[in-house]
Formats: sequence, structure tokens, C-alpha cells
Amino acid sequence: MASIQDSAPDAAHVAPAVSTPALMRLALVATGLVVAFGVVPAYATDYWLSSIIIPTIVMGLAGISLNLLQGYAGLVSLGSAAFMSVGVFSAYNLILRAPDLPLPGVFVLAGLIAAAVGVVFGLPALRIKGFYLAASTLGAQFFFQWLFTNYPWFSNNSQSLTISAPRLEFLGYDLQSPHGRYLLVVSVTALLIGLAFLVVRSRLGREWMAIRDMETAASVLGIRVARRKLEAYAVSSFFLGITGVLWGFAYLGTADAHTYNLDKSFQILFIVLIGGTATIFGNFLGAAFIVLTPIVLDHLVLASNVAYLSDQGAITNLQRVIFGAIIIFILIKEPDGLSAWIRRGVEAIRGRLAS
Amino acid sequence: MAFFLETLIAGLFAGLMYGLVAIGFVLIYKASGVFNFAQGAMVFLAALVFVSLVERGIPFWGAFALTALLMAIVAVAVEALVLRPLRNRDPLTLFMATLGLSFVIDGTAQFFLGTDVHMLDLGIDDIAQDYGGILVSRFDIVASLIVIALVAVLAAVFSKTRMGISLRAVADDTLAAQSIGIRLPVIWRIVWSVAGFVALVAGLLWGARQGVQFSLSLVTLKALPVLIIGGFSSIPGAIVGGLIVGASEALADIYLGPIVNGSVSTWFAYILAVAFLLIRPAGLFGDREIERV
Amino acid sequence: MSLLSRTIALAAGAVLSAAVFSGPAMAQDGAGQQLYPLFTYRTGPYAPSFIPFGAGNIDYLRYVNEVEGGVNGVKILIQECETAYTIERGIECYERYKNGFNGALTAAIYPHSSGLDVALTDKARLDKVPIVSPGGGQNIATDGRVFPYQFPLIFDYWSEAEIIVDYIAGQVGGHDKLKGVKIATLYHDSGYGRDTIEPLAILSKKYGFEDIQIPVPHPGEQQQAQWQQIRRAGADWVFLRGWGVMTPVAIKTAARVGFPVDRIIGDIWSGSEDDARPAGAAANGYLAVSVFPPGTDYGIIRKLKEHIVDAGKSDLKDNSKFGTVYYNYGVIEAITFVEALRTGQARFGNRPLTAEEGQWALENLNIDDKRIAELGAEGLISPLKTSIDNHKGEQVAAKIIQWNGESWNTLTDWLKADPTLFADAIKAKAAAYAAEKGITPRVDASN
Repeated sequence: MASIQDSAPDAAHVAPAVSTPALMRLALVATGLVVAFGVVPAYATDYWLSSIIIPTIVMGLAGISLNLLQGYAGLVSLGSAAFMSVGVFSAYNLILRAPDLPLPGVFVLAGLIAAAVGVVFGLPALRIKGFYLAASTLGAQFFFQWLFTNYPWFSNNSQSLTISAPRLEFLGYDLQSPHGRYLLVVSVTALLIGLAFLVVRSRLGREWMAIRDMETAASVLGIRVARRKLEAYAVSSFFLGITGVLWGFAYLGTADAHTYNLDKSFQILFIVLIGGTATIFGNFLGAAFIVLTPIVLDHLVLASNVAYLSDQGAITNLQRVIFGAIIIFILIKEPDGLSAWIRRGVEAIRGRLAS
Repeated sequence: MAFFLETLIAGLFAGLMYGLVAIGFVLIYKASGVFNFAQGAMVFLAALVFVSLVERGIPFWGAFALTALLMAIVAVAVEALVLRPLRNRDPLTLFMATLGLSFVIDGTAQFFLGTDVHMLDLGIDDIAQDYGGILVSRFDIVASLIVIALVAVLAAVFSKTRMGISLRAVADDTLAAQSIGIRLPVIWRIVWSVAGFVALVAGLLWGARQGVQFSLSLVTLKALPVLIIGGFSSIPGAIVGGLIVGASEALADIYLGPIVNGSVSTWFAYILAVAFLLIRPAGLFGDREIERV
Repeated sequence: MSLLSRTIALAAGAVLSAAVFSGPAMAQDGAGQQLYPLFTYRTGPYAPSFIPFGAGNIDYLRYVNEVEGGVNGVKILIQECETAYTIERGIECYERYKNGFNGALTAAIYPHSSGLDVALTDKARLDKVPIVSPGGGQNIATDGRVFPYQFPLIFDYWSEAEIIVDYIAGQVGGHDKLKGVKIATLYHDSGYGRDTIEPLAILSKKYGFEDIQIPVPHPGEQQQAQWQQIRRAGADWVFLRGWGVMTPVAIKTAARVGFPVDRIIGDIWSGSEDDARPAGAAANGYLAVSVFPPGTDYGIIRKLKEHIVDAGKSDLKDNSKFGTVYYNYGVIEAITFVEALRTGQARFGNRPLTAEEGQWALENLNIDDKRIAELGAEGLISPLKTSIDNHKGEQVAAKIIQWNGESWNTLTDWLKADPTLFADAIKAKAAAYAAEKGITPRVDASN
């Protein structure tokens, strides 16, 4: 059976951040930080922050989380959203039941709880691979949806079984406004991207890639394969747990078991595949695609006035067809994902600089 | 005891229906190594087209034949537009492509035929009859006979005909099969057509029970644990897996559900399937080597 | 540049221009108009119910615009936004229209989804935009002192449970005969479905009937085990709290285990034509609670037929949906919007209302019998009076309807819930919510 591992592209070697010289990399990081913390908050409107930029960043982060597992360690998961829900429900209960805990502590602990859960649900990876593994990770998806629906304790006995975001505060700053939530999201994301780079460059990351590319050889070399695999689930779930907190508290302002359903897991998988496996920044392109495409299609319909000529229901179904077709098209035309664009862009700039 | 038996029997009947959906996945997985998430959308498409034709006054078998033909056309289109361009790509990419495909299929179906809920009457009574103190629905019996007949026909086709043997050759070793002159695109088209036919049968049986509507495409999720237990590439496995899932799910809901404060059948089958895998990684009838660590 | 990148560039450009000009380039000027952002879900599993629902909304507003010349001369501008019944896209729609559109003001937002209603609670409080969910709001938000911007108008599931028990009491010969009667509640396993567990436990204690709760996991396409449980327990009545495909499957499965269909009473979301019809003959005699009574024999519905449907201006593509449960639901919802505008205009002047003014108007609604008669809505809606203390309406009422194989017959007049029965329990929940969120309840309607 052609396993997913064998065919995971070793894009890590060609990812722009790796192939670019150190100086340029530093410049990129600096530009990124200036844009994220300076330009965007200064110019973006509340609408853009609340309904486009924040979800794009959070979903991009979810993509990175899954990419650590899938792109680097060569494992699969169709249950990513479940770990996000573990994160947000943990965070909610931590804030509720340990009110003195500062916000960063809540994030880290919620991530750690998700990581522990990730290890448990990663256990089948020690025995099985490929689609059997993928399908078995769906167990997590359905189990947690059930758990948070059936035990109202998790939502503090809320009538609708929905938790609502607590007041977000850090060092006395109120983070409730769109700008506040944006700054929270972008700070956490920057830190996690930094962490992701560290992990990927560390021995852990190198061993993951060794396992991904040639598992038998890796074990011959003395890599503790089983342990590394579980660590991959743990790290990925840690990231997903924190992503889940951001999605619930900083973006939606609410969360219930259904918020993190199978569709969300599939969206994250889309982001990884469309953005490009084993890249960090490609995930944000993939996330932008997932978030923006339906909105763009909706606007195009409004702008083109076809709604008044035809059946609105048919038009919205047509949007669904177009969305599906674009996905297939990208999968066919861009095997390495949209991150190939970044690479081409960087190469073009370099080419110009050189000439 | 009668209650236990009744629950068990009802679960087994439900399981056969899960198995029927799972067969569609198995066929495609065998031939093209694709986990076809769009199978649920195909079930929905087939049922919607069929019921729309019947509502426009076309007799049952005419509508059946026309829908089967349409499913074959869909198969050819999918092969040309999705499978061929994605040949030799990793399974996860193919899986995602079928997810995109499911949007295209159900969106197109509803674009042309609307989103209404349709009633589908196959003319089989769905009321309880008493068999020695145990209530069984006649519909369940007829549905089971249809499923069994379908499996028998598929088994005969795959073991006796030239096409079936070619398919097995492809499933066993794609490269070798191609080198002896088996044309992969032809096999794919045929198998996707057969899967479309299975989707039609599943769509009619499920649609008669719950009405023909978008939710039909969700039966996919019920088929997944069946596939884990039965193996992705075995038709008998799909049926036996279906029976195991159906029966254990029904029993768990009755006997385990009250203890844990709710119904458990959404996840129980998955946990069961994973437990099963850990004990028997090749699946029940896994006819190809499973990768193990 | 490849074709793909060109397509994406084009799309990105479209978004940019849309955002920069805060709307599509060809859109009409909305100044002097009242915006009605219509949150749609024309795709996905719940699309079948939206289509007549949306049409009822649109048709009534078109009628007000074209026949009545607007609300005291103020025209209503409808802008659709597809949520696909997801919270994410719903939030985008909210952000898109919360501040109006091309000069047209937003007075209130109807999210058309209970999940979205909850999700918008904090945002609406910050933005001061009223969120209105007739029939599907949060019951605790009845307390307008804690939830100034939430309006769970018309109905809640606790009152529904009470109305069901009252109806069954009527059938068995009085509340004192309820002792020993077995009422099974078959519920969709979700927050919505579990909401009636608590009130039924209270009612069971009060009247002595046996309360049996049985969950059905989403989506509910397989219920054999649950119905065998119901039969084994010897239930006399089933309260069916279904959602989507769960309802027709429940009715069919009931027939399979031999449970009499005229002893099943559906929830308001289990009581549409699309819930009963797919079950075929098995549904003949099926009962349901209705707050949005179906039928075409109401004054306003007849007017819509004459001026909108027969004039070819209806949003319906299939006129057989006219007068269905969801169509009438849409009309009723649009009536609440228009009446709120009238209420607000009476105080602030005959011009488009802002969201703040919309909040005041929704909090001071009074659609009494006289107004209902003027609207031509006798029998279609029951009186609706809101206040700072009660954002739902003081008197909750519903009818029981019965499926005859083709359409619904109305069995009863309005059955009224006792407004005092659960009021304290709901207030206490609202107070707990306020404490958890650090909200100071408003004390006085400082009009």
C-alpha cells in the first residue's frame, strides 16, 4: 500500500526560509513583525480585523499545527478540530475555576492538556499507518463532540452547552476590542511560529523527517521511532489546543462542541495541502484561501447582480460547486501548494537583485 | 431476552445498510487506491435524480436505468477531470480532491434539482411484523435481500468476468497489471460506474427511510468505522464489518448509553474499530499486506 | 502569470474593491432606507427549511414596500448574506452589516441560527446592536436587564414542555390524571435537545407523570434502538424534539416498532411539512407544536397571495410552499421587524432607526389583539408584549397541529403557558450568567 509517509514531499529542503541566506531571512522576519504589529493594526478596519484577518491567522496557525504532524513527521490526523476543542474547553474551565491564573498560563496549560490528549489518541500510530490511521483519528473527533455535549460540567452547566469567551485581559490591558483581539492573536501566533521553527530545526524535527522519509532506516540509526511519533502528536496537539483557544475566545467569542466539527478538521487539512506540506508560511496562504473564497464568491454574486436575475438558492449552490472546483484545480495544478508561489516570488526578487 | 434479541437483530439490519454504503468505498479503493469521500455525495445525487425523475412521471425502472446511466457519465467525467490529472499523487491529495468533488457533486445536484426534501416510496411496507415474538420490519427484510443479492452479483462479476479479473490484477499490483496491457482508465471508469450503481441502490434504500435530502450524504460517516474493521479493500469485509458495527452500536446505545449520560453511537463504532485494529491490524479480511511498524 | 494566479488576483481585487467602497460597485444608494440584512442558508443540510422561510420574510417586506409604501414611508432595503448555517460565515455577515450598508441604517439583526445568536451575544453588547431570534433565541436572555441586546422573541423550549404537558393532561382528562402517565422525550443530542430535560423534571415532580429521556445522536438517521427502548418502557406519549432528518426517521421508526403516531407530539422544529412528508403514510395523524401556524386562510397571507405571489413578485420558486409552516414563520418574523420599526418611529420620528433606537423599539413592542386584527394576522400570531424585564414576550402560546398526509390541520386554539412557572428559574440562570461575566444588570427602564 502506498502510504502517506512515502509520498510526503520533502519540501522542507526547498522551503524559502531554509534556502534564503540568513540576512534575507532576518529581513523577512523583521518585515513580517513590522507588518503584523505596525502596519496591519494601523490601517485595517474593524471589519477586516474581525472577520477576515483574525480567522485567517488562526486557521493558518491550525495549519502549522497539523503540518508539524503531517508535513514533518509524516503522520496523519483527521481529528485536528477535536484537539482545538480540548484546548478551548480546558482554557474556559481553567479561567473559571482558577481565576488567578494569568492569561499566558491559561494558554500554556490548555495547550498541555490538549497535548496529553493528543498522545492518547496518537497511540494507534504505533501500530497502523495510512488511511487506517487517518480513519481511526476520526474517533477523537466524534468522542470529544460527544463528551462536551453530554457532560454540561465542561460548559459550566450553560443552558445551550455553549461557553462564551471570558473577558480577555493581560497586564491590565483590555483585549476585547477587535484591535485587542488581533494583537492577542498575532502575538501568540508569532511566539508559536518561533517555537515551530525551533522544533523543526531541533534534533526532534530532524528525527521526525528521518522517520517520515525512511522509517526503517531511522530505527536502525537508533531513533526511538515510537516515542518520536507520540511526541509529534503531543507537539501538534499542543499547538492545536492553543489555536482552539484563539478560535473560540479571540475570534468567535464563543464555542461549543459543534464549533469544532469534522468540517473544521477537513478545512485544516485543506489548508495544509493547499498551502503546501512542510512549510510554515504556506499555511497562511491556505488559510486565506479557505476564509476568503466563500466571501469573495458571495461579493461577486452581489456585485454582478445575477441574484436579481436568477434563483438565489441556485446561485449559492453554484458557489459551492465553484469552491469545490477551485480546490480540485489547485490540487492538480500546484502539487507543492500555494507556497510554491512564495518560492517563485522570492526567486524572482532575487533574480532581479542579481541582475 | 426477547428485547436483547430484537435490539441485536435491528442492529444487524442497520449494519447491512452501513455495509451497503461501505461497499461503494471498497470498490473504488480497490481499483484506484482512492478513499472516495464523495461517495456520500454520489448517494445523494443518485437518490435525488431518481426521485426527481419519478416525480416527473417516469416509471420506476425507467428512472432507475436513467439514473444508473447518469452515474456512469459522472464516473467517466471524474476519471477524466480528477483522477487522470492526479495520477501518481499521494493518497491524501486524492482524498482531498474527492472532498472537493463532493462539493461539486452535491452543489450541482441542488443547483439543478433544488434543495427540497422529497418523499421516496419504494412500495415496500415499513411496518413491524411479529415473527415468533420478535418484531421485524418487512422493509428491513427486503432491503437485506437486496444487499445480499447485490453482493452476490458483485462477487460473481469480480471472480468470473474478464473485467473482474483485470480489476483484481490492478488491485494486486498496478504496475504489473498495466504492463500486461490492462488499461487503467478503462478499469477506473467501470469501477466508478459500478460504485455509482451501488450508490444508487444505497440512496434508494436510505432515502426511503429518511426522505431524499442533503443529509443522505452524511451516511459516509457511518461507513468509515465499518471500513476500518472490515478492511478498505474487501467486499465481504464491508458486510461483516457493517454487521459488527450495527449490532454493537445498537447494543451499546441501549446498555452503555444510560450509564454514561447519553447516546454513544457517534463515537462507539470508532473506538471499537480502533480497538479492533490494535488486535488485528490487517482488518477482518484485509487481503493486502497492511503496513505495520 | 498562470491562469490560476490571475484568477486569484482578480478575486483578491474584487474583495479589496468591495471593502474599500464598502459594498458592491453597482449597489443602489441606501440613504433614507432601513436595512434588513437577511442572513441566509441556502446551502447545506438545512437549506430546505430556509427557502420558504426566506421567501416569507422577503415577500412580506416587499408587500410593505410596494403596497404600503414602506413603514410610514421608510423603505426597507434587503441585503442577503449567506451563512451556510456556520458561525464563522455568520460572524462575517454580522460584521459586514452591523453598521448599515450604503447609507441604509441597521436597526436589528436576525441571525437565523441559535448558535450564531449565542456567538453574537458579546459582540452585540459591545456594538450595541440588537440580535433578534424569534422562536430560536436563548431562554436566559428573556431577562433584558442582563441581556439588553438579545431578543429571544415569541417562544422558548421550557414553555413548550409545559404546553405539551398541558395538552397531554387535557387528553387524559386533567392534570390530576397525569400520575402514572409515561411521557418519553426523544431529543436531538445537543444543547437544543437537552434544554427540555430540566423543565420536564420539574413538571414531572409537580404532576407525577413518569419522565423518560432518550437521546438521539446527530444526525439521527438510525433510531431503531431508541424506539425499542420507548416501546419497552411502555411510553404513552412521545415528545419528539427533533432536528432535520431526525424527525422523519423517528416517525418511520415509530411505525416500525408499532408506536401509534397520533401519540407523538413534535417540537416546533419537528413540525414542518418537510418533517412529516418524507415519512409518507407513517406520518398520518402525527402531532406537532406550532408557533408559526401554517395555512393560507389569514388576512395578511391572502393579501400576500394577491399582491405578491399572484403578481409574480414572490421570492418563492415553487408556489406549493406558499402558506407552509416555514413560509408563515418568515412572514411572522418580518412582522416583528416591521412592528418594531413602527414602535420606534412613533417615538423617534418617521425615519430609518439606528441600532440603539431599534433596541428601544424591540424592548417596547406591544402587538396586542387590536394590532393583530389590523395586521390581518388573527390566528397567525398571538399577542406579543416586551419590556426590559421580558425580552421574549409576556405570554408564550402555541397551537397543536396534526398532519393529515397532505398538510397540517390546526387542532387547538392558542394554548398559553403559565408565565410565572419557570420565570424565577430563568431569572436565576440569568443572574448566574451576569455574575460569571461580570455584568451589572440594568435596574430600571430609564425611558
